[in-house]
Amino acid sequence: MPTVGVKRDLLFKALGRTYTDEEFDELCFEFGLELDEITSEKEIISREQGDSKASGASDIILYKIDVPANRYDLLCLEGLVRGLQVFKNKLEAPRYRRVSPVNGEPQKLIITKETAAVRPFAVAAVLRNITFTQERYDSFIELQEKLHQNICRKRSLVAIGTHDLDTISGPFTYTAKAPGDICFRPLNQTKEYTATQLMSLYKTDSHLRHYLHIIEDKPVYPVIYDSNGIVLSMPPIINGDHSKITLKTKNVFIECTATDVTKAKIVLDMMVTMFSEYCSQPFTVEEAEVVYPDGKTCVYPELAYRTERLSSEFINCKVGINESTEKIAQLLTRMCLRSRATGVGDEIEVEIPPTRSDVIHACDIMEDAAVAYGFNNITRTTPRTYTVAHQFPLNKLTELLRQDLAAAGFTEALNFALCSQEDIADKLGKKISETKAAHISNPKTAEFQVARTTLLPGLLKTIAANRKMPLPLKLFEISDVVLQDETKDVGARNSRRFCAVYYNKSPGFEVIHGLLDRTMQLLDVKSARGEGYHIQAADDPTFFPGRCAEIFVQGKSVGRLGVLHPDVINRFELTMPCSALEMDVEPFLGHTAEALLTHDVPMQEVIAHRFPTQIESSQALASRPTSTKTVFGDMSTPAGLKALNGFLADKSYMEGFAATQADVAVFDAIPSAPSPTFCHLLRWYKHIQSFQRERAGLPPAKSQFVLQAAAPAAANDASDDDDIDLFGSDDEAESAEAARIKEQRLAEYAAKKSKKPALIAKSSILLDVKPWDDETDMAKLEECVRSVSMDGLLWGQSKLVPVGYGIKKLQIGCVVEDEKVGTDLLEEAITAFEEYVQSVDVAAFNKI
Amino acid sequence: MADTGVVEALLRRVEKVDDGVDSLEVATSLELDHQVIVGAVKSLQAVGDVISAELRSSKHWELTDEGREIAEHGSHEARVFGSIPVEGLPQSELMKLSFGKIGFSKAMSNKWIRLDKAHEGGPRIFRTVESIEDQVREKLLLLQKGNASQLEEKEKNELKKRKLLSEVTVKTYWIMKGNSFSTTVTKQETELTAEMITNGSWKEKKFKPYNFEAMGVAPDCGHLHPLMKVRTQFRQIFLEMGFTEMPTNNFIESSFWNFDSLFQPQQHPARDQHDTFFLSDPALAHDFPQDYLERVKKVHSEGGFGSQGYKYDWKIEEAKKNILRTHTTAVSARMLYKLAQQKFTPVKYFSIDRVFRNETLDATHLAEFHQIEGVVADYGLTLGDLMGVLHQFFTKLGLKKWVEVGNSGIFRPEMLLPMGLPEDVSVIAWGLSLERPTMIKYGINNIRELVGHKVNLQMVYDKCGWTDFTFRM
Repeated sequence: MPTVGVKRDLLFKALGRTYTDEEFDELCFEFGLELDEITSEKEIISREQGDSKASGASDIILYKIDVPANRYDLLCLEGLVRGLQVFKNKLEAPRYRRVSPVNGEPQKLIITKETAAVRPFAVAAVLRNITFTQERYDSFIELQEKLHQNICRKRSLVAIGTHDLDTISGPFTYTAKAPGDICFRPLNQTKEYTATQLMSLYKTDSHLRHYLHIIEDKPVYPVIYDSNGIVLSMPPIINGDHSKITLKTKNVFIECTATDVTKAKIVLDMMVTMFSEYCSQPFTVEEAEVVYPDGKTCVYPELAYRTERLSSEFINCKVGINESTEKIAQLLTRMCLRSRATGVGDEIEVEIPPTRSDVIHACDIMEDAAVAYGFNNITRTTPRTYTVAHQFPLNKLTELLRQDLAAAGFTEALNFALCSQEDIADKLGKKISETKAAHISNPKTAEFQVARTTLLPGLLKTIAANRKMPLPLKLFEISDVVLQDETKDVGARNSRRFCAVYYNKSPGFEVIHGLLDRTMQLLDVKSARGEGYHIQAADDPTFFPGRCAEIFVQGKSVGRLGVLHPDVINRFELTMPCSALEMDVEPFLGHTAEALLTHDVPMQEVIAHRFPTQIESSQALASRPTSTKTVFGDMSTPAGLKALNGFLADKSYMEGFAATQADVAVFDAIPSAPSPTFCHLLRWYKHIQSFQRERAGLPPAKSQFVLQAAAPAAANDASDDDDIDLFGSDDEAESAEAARIKEQRLAEYAAKKSKKPALIAKSSILLDVKPWDDETDMAKLEECVRSVSMDGLLWGQSKLVPVGYGIKKLQIGCVVEDEKVGTDLLEEAITAFEEYVQSVDVAAFNKI
Repeated sequence: MADTGVVEALLRRVEKVDDGVDSLEVATSLELDHQVIVGAVKSLQAVGDVISAELRSSKHWELTDEGREIAEHGSHEARVFGSIPVEGLPQSELMKLSFGKIGFSKAMSNKWIRLDKAHEGGPRIFRTVESIEDQVREKLLLLQKGNASQLEEKEKNELKKRKLLSEVTVKTYWIMKGNSFSTTVTKQETELTAEMITNGSWKEKKFKPYNFEAMGVAPDCGHLHPLMKVRTQFRQIFLEMGFTEMPTNNFIESSFWNFDSLFQPQQHPARDQHDTFFLSDPALAHDFPQDYLERVKKVHSEGGFGSQGYKYDWKIEEAKKNILRTHTTAVSARMLYKLAQQKFTPVKYFSIDRVFRNETLDATHLAEFHQIEGVVADYGLTLGDLMGVLHQFFTKLGLKKWVEVGNSGIFRPEMLLPMGLPEDVSVIAWGLSLERPTMIKYGINNIRELVGHKVNLQMVYDKCGWTDFTFRM
């Protein structure tokens, strides 16, 4: 996150009012920023270089503000103030305009093909009739620096050059030349240098030396000349002194050279949108032409406004709020995203200005809406996601082992996964080439050369650091090592190891051996050759000759134990005998009933995804039928929604027991997510919404619920059952009232009809109701339970079953209609008798 | 415990008198050493209120060994006098006697004897008086009989100077009946023994009270590492909330899964050499799901899925670079991709494992640390859901100011849609480091005291408070 430092008083002056520190902190928070520090130049210098150096420095109060990494429009005072003023509704976001020069001849920057080898892109623009003050000038320089450090990736992607246009004359040429052939007087120098000389001159420059590597090794260096051969700049290192801007500069030529043209355009837009404020025609920018080597001409700055259309429902659903379309448009406008409700449904048209290059997806707009709404105003909800938790079996085993190893008297150590080559090889008497270690290419110190291949060095180093502790030291660690493995996509894998050491005046092999026996006991492995485990003598340079054994489980080697070689002990700066054990844990995982999760991903996709193109998805949005007329009434009216809500009160779907096209059709007829007051409808709506992807594949509808807007008469076809024409009417011009009655009756009819073919599915449920304690009146409890009455619920026999400590539970049976009564509903109703009921469990559930 | 016989004898003595007895007197009358009686008194005091004993001290004069010898045989000078016959004794003979030397000079100064140096046959000693009165002996005999008061202080001090007499301070007890006086006292036992349990004798025994002020003996046990204990606690919280643990046992990851799949552009500073550990061997990953890789490439370089994209030249070479994972989100990405390859079911995932950063090290930053991560994927999750689930998570921790310790958010569609997840599925996620809350909990300022081989094992032994996991922030 970049930090922007602004002078407090200048900021307040620009904001048109003063704030206390707390008030401003609050304002920053609301706007999604953070007031990081309140300080002064003097304070900073005195902190970094001591009081003596700070004596002459300014003690003007500075606010250091943390700005989100991609909000380049907030990197200077001008942008911050503009953003905050718009946010506080004190200012309308300005419109940035690109204009042609008065004389009609735009400045030209011609790119030659030589640049392709080093820095192929360039963009340019002119700020005409600008007025600098010292503060504006400082901010102008500061913004360039901030952009260089952030989006420009320390000038490697983009470098900005700003020039006093009146000191140079176009057309300008952007080319690349051999360093020896470039010669000019660089900024703030008194004489001319060749590029080669400059590179060595700046080797010691605390600031510029960081950029030299960008072009250092290139055969040619980029350079920009004016029509008289004057060097404007040698990007990305330094500008020429000739064209430098001063407080008196009136017209500024800005060029950005780049390896990434998208970023160059953003950077140029950012420079000109921020400082065109000080032009005689504020927020206008004079265009410049850039001619590419292939002859193509582009006009910059782009200052492109883009519009996105999205629904307020999208924002409401993603944020978890329920605001009107107009309100959401207002929220977005406050974030400099000028928005309006289009009037088509709940559609909002959002205009993304050139300053908001960070907005690349509707989700960014959603986030801005959430910021403007205020994160603290969003109601916290709990996801209803129902899941059963599983432990990762290897971690589960590790956790169990760790507990028992500590119980066996060993203390757990926790060492780094990275270490030096020496640690895992030389010090253990092994060769690095034999370790299968993964090597790090850019370690800052030897401590990070490799990922460890064994846990032993870490434990020995822990002992060395704790030699003052009373003996014996008994340590263990269960953790991952990393080994090269060609079968893995990354060429390496982790391996879970268990390592233990015993450090005392005598080697204590029997202690470590005893720990192995105990571990095997915990892992349910018997001591036996063949099926169980056994150890047998082995040679290993890490161990004292004749004092090392290999551990075999079911005939496979899983690790080693023994007394460490005195050389190993010495190399780890230890003085006493030490025995150790290290073995793999994974072979003991065994078989688990749970599906094993791995991080290996399938290389072939199993499901053929349909990835809609943008056009398709926008069509999908547009293809929503305009008809809101259904057999329940007009879905754009509360009356219609209410009728449908009533219909859905005891149904999951429009028809039958699965989603069909009937659900899809009615769903599409509803203009936007229904309000929570229609709870049955909303439940159904959300459910049907989740079928969005497979909606096309749903079974066909039996009846038609949606009426064609143009042909209300089609309502007559609403049922296949055509024996009675209930609503036949001679009256061609139906009155509105008659239509209403007709729709209502139709709805009632459809509702009645939909019930007709349904087989009533029933279930027999046996419930266990547990009382609070042994003093609970069980008769009263049963009375309470039986008092629960619902449509489709029939109580059956009951009995009291002792559960222990004199407590009895009530076991009561009932028969329910599946459509009407769910077990959760029952449980909820029964547990409502809080004084009596502790819990309700379903003991048995049988479909009848 | 003092001899039971002595204790009983003492108690019988005390029983007979009402106003108490002196321990020294008892000792004298029982013909026992006073210290034996003192021992009996002390053991009775320990039993409870059987007797009350008041400590008294008195001074008296006692003959030294030399003094006792004089009282018996006479003073040295008297014995010198007595050993000289009328005809005299050669000085050399006298000096051979044990008391000769000391007695000679004293007898001389008393003028009881004289020395004839000129006597033929060597110097010879003769009596000068007929008889003597051995006052020293008499005084000592008086003292021995306990009649010290008949002597003047001056005389006593002179005897003391001659080391014949010493002044002794005697501490005695004035013993009276206690509130629960009884002549029979059962012996107090220090510990219950197997024998007592077997023969039931514990019922009659009285037991010495314990000193509950003293510390117990530290148990000889192993210890779990504090950071791992807190890890266990976090795992527990996730499991309680129904989250399934992700397999994060892959420290080495490709840039593709660590960055590209998460829609992190290839020029992002986090992918810099200064921030990430790259591998030289194995340097590159291979085997990517090709279709998915193409979609990732497209969303970065051209956009799509409703996104403008980053519009840059996405390079497979960059994605292939192996690194030490910088976050466990790389595994989350793999899991979500796998999830998209089956019919979508909502999931809640978590992991707590190591991640690596090639950062500048200081008191609170190491090159590796543990990341805690929670992920929920379901239809229609909202920002409100994210805040709600975070609230639950941190409430279970007892942490109020949770915003400060971690990051949270909703995964971008540019990450999820190329995987093939349904469009209306949202994925909320949050992450924090395990080390920071652990350091706060245990009040550790330097991370090296907690993690790595420089750990202070005493800290591991001591930092085990478990009762409640409430942070004070």
